[in-house]
Amino acid sequence: MSAITYLEAIRLAQQKALQEDPRVFIYGQDIGGFGGAFKATKNLAKEFPGRVLDAPISEDAMVGLAIGAAVEGMRPIIEMQFADFSTCGFNQIVNQAATLHYRTGTSCPLVVRLPSGGTPGGGPFHSQSMEAIYAHYPGLIVMTPATVEDAYTMLLEAVALDDPVIFCEHKFLYYHLKADKLPDTVLPFGKARIARQGRDATVVAYSAMVHEALAAAEELTHDGYDIEVVDLRTVRPIDTDTILASVARTGRLLVVGEAWPWGGVAAEVIARVATEGFGLLDAPPQRLNAKETPVPYHPALWGTHRPTASSVANSLRQLLEL
Amino acid sequence: MLLICWELPYYKTMTLGKVSAFEGLPATKPSPEVTRENARRAYRIMLEARILEEKLAVLYRSGKIVGGVFLGRGQEALSVSLGIHLRRGDVYAPLIRDQAGRMAFGDTILDTLRTYLGSSLGSMRGRDGNIHRGRPSEGYHAMISHLGAMVSTVCGGLMAKRFRGETGAVGGTCIGEGGTSTGSFHEGMNLAGVEKLPIVVVVANNQFSYSTPNDRQFACSDLLARAEGYGVRGRRAVGNDLMDCLGVIGEAVSAARSGEGPQLVVADLLRLVGHGEHDDATYIPASMKESPLGKDCLDLARTTLLEKGWLTGEEADEWRKIVEKEVEETSSKVLREPVPDPSEEDWNAFSCLDSQQHLLHQGERQ
Repeated sequence: MSAITYLEAIRLAQQKALQEDPRVFIYGQDIGGFGGAFKATKNLAKEFPGRVLDAPISEDAMVGLAIGAAVEGMRPIIEMQFADFSTCGFNQIVNQAATLHYRTGTSCPLVVRLPSGGTPGGGPFHSQSMEAIYAHYPGLIVMTPATVEDAYTMLLEAVALDDPVIFCEHKFLYYHLKADKLPDTVLPFGKARIARQGRDATVVAYSAMVHEALAAAEELTHDGYDIEVVDLRTVRPIDTDTILASVARTGRLLVVGEAWPWGGVAAEVIARVATEGFGLLDAPPQRLNAKETPVPYHPALWGTHRPTASSVANSLRQLLEL
Repeated sequence: MLLICWELPYYKTMTLGKVSAFEGLPATKPSPEVTRENARRAYRIMLEARILEEKLAVLYRSGKIVGGVFLGRGQEALSVSLGIHLRRGDVYAPLIRDQAGRMAFGDTILDTLRTYLGSSLGSMRGRDGNIHRGRPSEGYHAMISHLGAMVSTVCGGLMAKRFRGETGAVGGTCIGEGGTSTGSFHEGMNLAGVEKLPIVVVVANNQFSYSTPNDRQFACSDLLARAEGYGVRGRRAVGNDLMDCLGVIGEAVSAARSGEGPQLVVADLLRLVGHGEHDDATYIPASMKESPLGKDCLDLARTTLLEKGWLTGEEADEWRKIVEKEVEETSSKVLREPVPDPSEEDWNAFSCLDSQQHLLHQGERQ
C-alpha cells in the first residue's frame, strides 16, 4: 500500500463513514463532482450519489441545514472551504448547534470540518486557526489532529459522537504528512498523547505545532536535553490529567499554538497547570504563539509569524535556564 | 394605494410605497382550505392564545415572569393558519409571535406556562424561557433569537426526510419583515430555492421591527417581490383576516406538500402590543392603529364565523369561559411547581457525557 497522506486519511474516513452509516451526508462548497477545493471528497459524489452535495456560498445556511438534519437523525459533515470562512456560519455553530442539547435535550450530532492553519502565501483570510474561538463555547467538541492516524480515526469518532464537533484539520499537514497504514485501534477523543517522552521540560502542542515541537525537541538533544512533547489531540475536552502528569515528571512547561495568544488554548493550558499543578512547576510556565497581527501573506513574514521548530527551540532554551 | 399590477397568477396584488397602504382586499372565492371545521378550530386556538398571553402579561407585570414577555396579539390569525395546516411528521419553527401557531401544532397551555415561569417540569427546564421553546426531536424547533436562522434549520429537517426517501412532509416557519433583512434569511431562502424544498415561509409584515418602521428596514416596494428573486412561489395573505390566512397558507402548504417547492407568504398586519410587554409602542401612529391594518383579527374572525353561521355567540362566550378557567387553573398549578435547583443541575452542555463520562468528566471537571 502506498503512503497515505493526512488529506487522503480525511477522504478515506469520510468514505468509510458514508459506507457504514446511511445517516451520513457531506455538504459544502465545490465538494460534489469537483471533489472539494483540496480534494478531500474526491470521487465521493460519484461513489455515493446524492449524499455528497454542493452547497451555495452560504456558510450560515450550510450549518443551519446540518443542524436541522442532525435533529432529524442524520449525521451531517459540513466542509468549510477554509476555516476562516466559518465565521460566516459562526452564529449557527455557537448559538444553535452548541446550545441545542443543553436547551432542549435533543442531540445535535454534526461535524464541521475546518481546513485550518497557515500555508505559505495563504494570507490573512486563508490561514486562520479557529480552535480557541470554538472551544470557548460549551457544547462544542474541538478536535485538532496532528497525525495521519488521528486525522482518520478522530474524524470517524467525530461522526459517531452525539455532539457537534469542530474538526480542525491542518492544511499544512495535508500533503507533507504520510503514514504507511491506517490504525485499527483508537485512542479515545479527549485523551492526549505523549508524542515524545522526556524528562527536562514538557511542550504541550496540537495540530501542526506538534511537529515543530518534535523537531525542536530533536534539536535540543544536541544540547543534552530530553524534552517531552504532549499532543493534545482535542482541545475541548482538554486532557488536563495527562498534561499535569507530564509536568510532574519534567517540572517545566512550554505551550505552543499556531493561533494568537490572547485567550487561547495555550493560555487555557497554562491556567489549568497554574491552578491545579502550581507545586509541580520549577519555573514559570511559558507559551509561544503566533505574532499578534493578522496572518501575513509573504512566506518570509509568515514563517516568522508562526512558531517554528527554531523558535520553539529558542523558547525551550530560555525555559530551561529559568 | 393598492394596485393589481402583477400578471403572474401567484401574485394576487402588490402594494406600493415603503409602508404598505393596506386598504383591505375584495372578497375572493372561498378556498377549499377553509372549512367550517378548521375555521372553528382556528378560532378556538386563537382564543386560547389570546387569553393565555393576557395571563402571561399579568404574570409579567406581577413579577412572576422574569426576562421578557413577547406577545402575538393581532397576529393570531396568521400564526394559527400555518400551525393548523401542519401535521405530525412535519417540521415547524415558529418565531416570536406564534403562540397560536404553536398551539395548533401541538404545544400546550401547560408547557407554555411552564417555560415562561421556569418550571423544572417544562420542556426547557428553566434552561431557556419564554418563546425559546420547542421539542426538536418531534419536529417542533426551538427558535434562537438570531433572526433568519430557523429557515435553514427547517430546510435541514426536510433534507433529512429527503435523504431517507420520505415524501409528503412540509416545513413551516415564520418571520417578521425585519427578519427578512438578515443574511441568514437570505441564505436560507436561497438554499430552499436551490433544493426545491417543501417549505412554507410566512412573513408577518407588522410594519415595525421593534420600533423601526419599514422605510428604515427595506427599500423594495414589496417584500413579496423577493419570492421571484429566490425562485420560489410568492403568495399574499390579508394578515388579520382568518379566512384569507387559512385559505392562502393552506394552499401554500398543500402546494409544498404536493411537490411544488418553496412557498413565501407575505401578510400585512399590525401587532397590537409592543415588541415585548416592556414596550408601550408609542412609535405606532394612531392613524395606523385606526386603519384596517389595526383591526383585531380575533374580533374579525368572530364576526365572520357568526355571519357564516359556523359559530354562535353563546358558543364563543362559552369557549372563552372554558379557556379562561383552564388558563387560571394551569397557571396556579405551574406556580406551585418546582423551579430548577442549581445544586441538582448537571451543568453539562454535552450530549455524550453519559457514554464518554470518564473522558469528558476529566476534561470538563471545572
